[in-house]
Amino acid sequence: MSNWKDICPVEAIVPNSGRCALHEGEQVAIFRLRQGGSDTFYAVDNFDPLARANVISRGIVGSRGNVPVVASPLYKQHYCLNTGDCLEEDVSLKTWPVRVVGDTVQLRVN
Amino acid sequence: MAKQLVVVGNGPVGHRLVEQVVSAAGDEWTITVFGEEPRAAYDRVHLTSWFEQRSAEPLNMVAEGFYQANGICCHVGDKVVAVDLIARTVTSQQGEVVAYDKLVLATGSFPFVPPIPGHDRDNCFVYRTIEDLEAITAAAANGKVGAVVGGGLLGLEAAKALHDLGLKTHVVEFAPRLMAVQVDEGGGALLRKKIEELGVSVHTDKNTQRIVDGDSATHKMFFADDTELDTDLIVFSAGIRPRDELARSAGLEVGERGGIVVNNYCQTSDENVYSVGESALWEGRIYGLIAPGNQMAQVAAEHICGSGDSEFAGADMSTKLKLMGIDVASVGDAHANTTGALCYTYINEVEQVYKKIVVSADKQSLLGAVLVGDAEEYGNLLQFALNKIRLPDQPESMILPNIDNQASALGVDALPASAAICSCNNVTKGDLVSAVAGGCATLAALKDKTAAATGCGGCAALVTQVMNGELEKLGVAVNTDLCEHFPYTRQDLYSLVRVGHIKSFDELLDKHGSGMGCEICKPAAASILASCWNDYVLEDTHQGLQDTNDRFLANMQKDGTYSVVPRVPGGEITADKLIVIGQVAKKYNLYTKITGGQRIDLFGARSEQLPEIWRELIDAGFESGHAYGKALRTVKSCVGSNWCRYGVQDSMSMAVLLENRYKGLRSPHKLKMAVSGCTRECAEAQCKDVGVIATENGWNMYVCGNGGMKPRHADLFATDLDDETLLKYIDRFFMFYIRTADRLQRTSTWMENLEGGLEYLQQVVIEDSLGLAAELEQQMAHVIGSYQCEWKTTVNDPQRVKQFTHFVNSDLADANVSFVRERDQVRPASDDEKKMSASNILAIA
Repeated sequence: MSNWKDICPVEAIVPNSGRCALHEGEQVAIFRLRQGGSDTFYAVDNFDPLARANVISRGIVGSRGNVPVVASPLYKQHYCLNTGDCLEEDVSLKTWPVRVVGDTVQLRVN
Repeated sequence: MAKQLVVVGNGPVGHRLVEQVVSAAGDEWTITVFGEEPRAAYDRVHLTSWFEQRSAEPLNMVAEGFYQANGICCHVGDKVVAVDLIARTVTSQQGEVVAYDKLVLATGSFPFVPPIPGHDRDNCFVYRTIEDLEAITAAAANGKVGAVVGGGLLGLEAAKALHDLGLKTHVVEFAPRLMAVQVDEGGGALLRKKIEELGVSVHTDKNTQRIVDGDSATHKMFFADDTELDTDLIVFSAGIRPRDELARSAGLEVGERGGIVVNNYCQTSDENVYSVGESALWEGRIYGLIAPGNQMAQVAAEHICGSGDSEFAGADMSTKLKLMGIDVASVGDAHANTTGALCYTYINEVEQVYKKIVVSADKQSLLGAVLVGDAEEYGNLLQFALNKIRLPDQPESMILPNIDNQASALGVDALPASAAICSCNNVTKGDLVSAVAGGCATLAALKDKTAAATGCGGCAALVTQVMNGELEKLGVAVNTDLCEHFPYTRQDLYSLVRVGHIKSFDELLDKHGSGMGCEICKPAAASILASCWNDYVLEDTHQGLQDTNDRFLANMQKDGTYSVVPRVPGGEITADKLIVIGQVAKKYNLYTKITGGQRIDLFGARSEQLPEIWRELIDAGFESGHAYGKALRTVKSCVGSNWCRYGVQDSMSMAVLLENRYKGLRSPHKLKMAVSGCTRECAEAQCKDVGVIATENGWNMYVCGNGGMKPRHADLFATDLDDETLLKYIDRFFMFYIRTADRLQRTSTWMENLEGGLEYLQQVVIEDSLGLAAELEQQMAHVIGSYQCEWKTTVNDPQRVKQFTHFVNSDLADANVSFVRERDQVRPASDDEKKMSASNILAIA
């Protein structure tokens, strides 16, 4: 049985950018990637383990080959939005399941 | 025990020798230098550039601290008067006696003044030292007419100097034509014509007989053909003679007509004594150009240090220069003196161009050339002549205009590794090939590594060709694509956006790119879009493209907080505004600091506080300072003529005007400017992208300087501009930079990589050689006209303000941000400090 928590209206996240959600005491960076008119959402930890600051949600999103990524705004390391793995260093961001129901973005509750 | 090296003469070649010895075997030699002139080694080759700033400083050749760091004792203003070859000592005018193991005589030459009666009157000068130039400048202030005796290379430079000093200038030449050594009749005739068009009178076949008091001027010159000329001052530039008096008195072998005789290692008749530069006589020849002088310095240094065995084997006297704005070049046997030599000549009276090549009787090799008015082929022709490369079947193709766009006659592949590409700095093709193999892949990098193209710059095109050839051979596909998403350079994308009226990244990606973009192409596109259309950067379609700082219109700090920098145009601020900044800082508990850009930075703002802070600043009349953007930052200033007793113009007002004009302009990299009110340069304009320095007649404009990791002095671009022209040139300059620079390329690197460098830029901006001026000005006018303070726009938009909260679903702040106090202000707590305070709280609880 899984539970989902409402986070925010879809419109609160500008396409091809991210916002940070406070979810169960943790900071979660939610990204809305738009390509060809349709959106895909991702959710990873907002805390940059290398820069040690809560900034991931403010990074630029894009692709590296076929991999959707976000570049951390402080030192620009890339994190895969599917797995949270850093492409340059041996660290990884936690990920959360995220979905949209109606006009609302939701994160799964543990 | 270190050996003693004494160098007599502190000119360019003497100094080069000292540098070479230090670099080859610095710790083995204790060096003592004596120089007769009252200053350390300066670049006599570019003597005429002294007039630009009337200061010796830019010509200084001695790197700061060089003497101290290498334990060198330099006696400036102390002439050596005797050399004792047996005791191996030198004695100076001021009584210094110094022993040597090896001695180098680099005493140069003295300007020859023909023994014409009256040649030693007051207001007669020579053109060799800075003191000479200072005296000429002082005398010119009281005169109206000037005459130069001697129409050779140096004489024409002196004539330009007199002309620029405001005198009606005459060149008086003994021979039938100007530059008789390097240039032939046809070239000489064109040169004369072009010089006369500049307003300088040329008199050839003029033999000066005597100089007496003039009627309407200080002097009257009488000539052998019974003509006369009234003039207020005379500069003699009739050749040089070697300073060999020390060699003579010491008993060293000297030439019949002067000069210290040297062998292939630059040793004199005493094996412990060397001579280099203009004082040395090799196989009956004296070399008055810097390239052979430097070669001799290298040979002698190697021989002295035992670090090499190169020999001096004479030097090619080919040269390319710009005289009075006219390109002149001469290669090898310019006068076709070789038996059987044949000539091809191209004369274009409309374009005012003269080109002649001299080929061998069998038409296989190039013997010489003369170019006047356009010397583009110089590099090419020089290589053919020096390396005896076989000429194409139709040699005339080398100087005829490229009407059918055929490929040029020479591929650089034909050149051997030993081919000298840059003769000013002795850089061969082999040196360039090594540098490219070692990683240099741009013209700027090659210049840095090898010094090629940093002298006269004439070889820049050839250096670029060698570089590209090598990169291709190495299989280094120099990938100029911006990133994996766009197979274009930034310049290409800029054109695509402009010409195609592309208004968004989505459109650009859709039409010309692939994938989803990245942190390289998105900010680059954002910058291009901003430079072209100047939309609000946080519009929904642009927001996600913005780099870290532009995204929040603030500079992100290491802990995720931001800094706030209101614009303070020109660094001028009222007491009331200072108070507002102070109040805002106190209210939000921000750390305050004065910046290098003459404004104030406030640190420690959380993202959600930014709109409130800015609302207060905007209400008080402040605007965004764009400290966060690849954009115009500041225009620094000094107070100028309003307050300062030295200021010659109102630099304060100009700085404010410039900052208000260009605020908001986005560009490939940050732009910094400054305006100084006089030559003391308190605003440090010479290390700015655009620097402005006041003169009595207006403004001097400097470009492409920067501070930072790799400081670069700006170059003088234009002089004595009025306000309107200054703004016009800056408009064009900035827009041309925006149009053609690479991503994140400062103006300095951009110019270093432009083939043709500063001159090319001057042609484009000042002479409008590409016909772009009107367009560039229009594009700048659009940016200026559509300016909006982006913080003002932001605080007035409640939807935007909401985007600054840390959480999308809560008003809480980021708990990871915490501060401690230091020197009465806040700073971010370190991880240890955070742990300590957490455990303190637990302890208290």
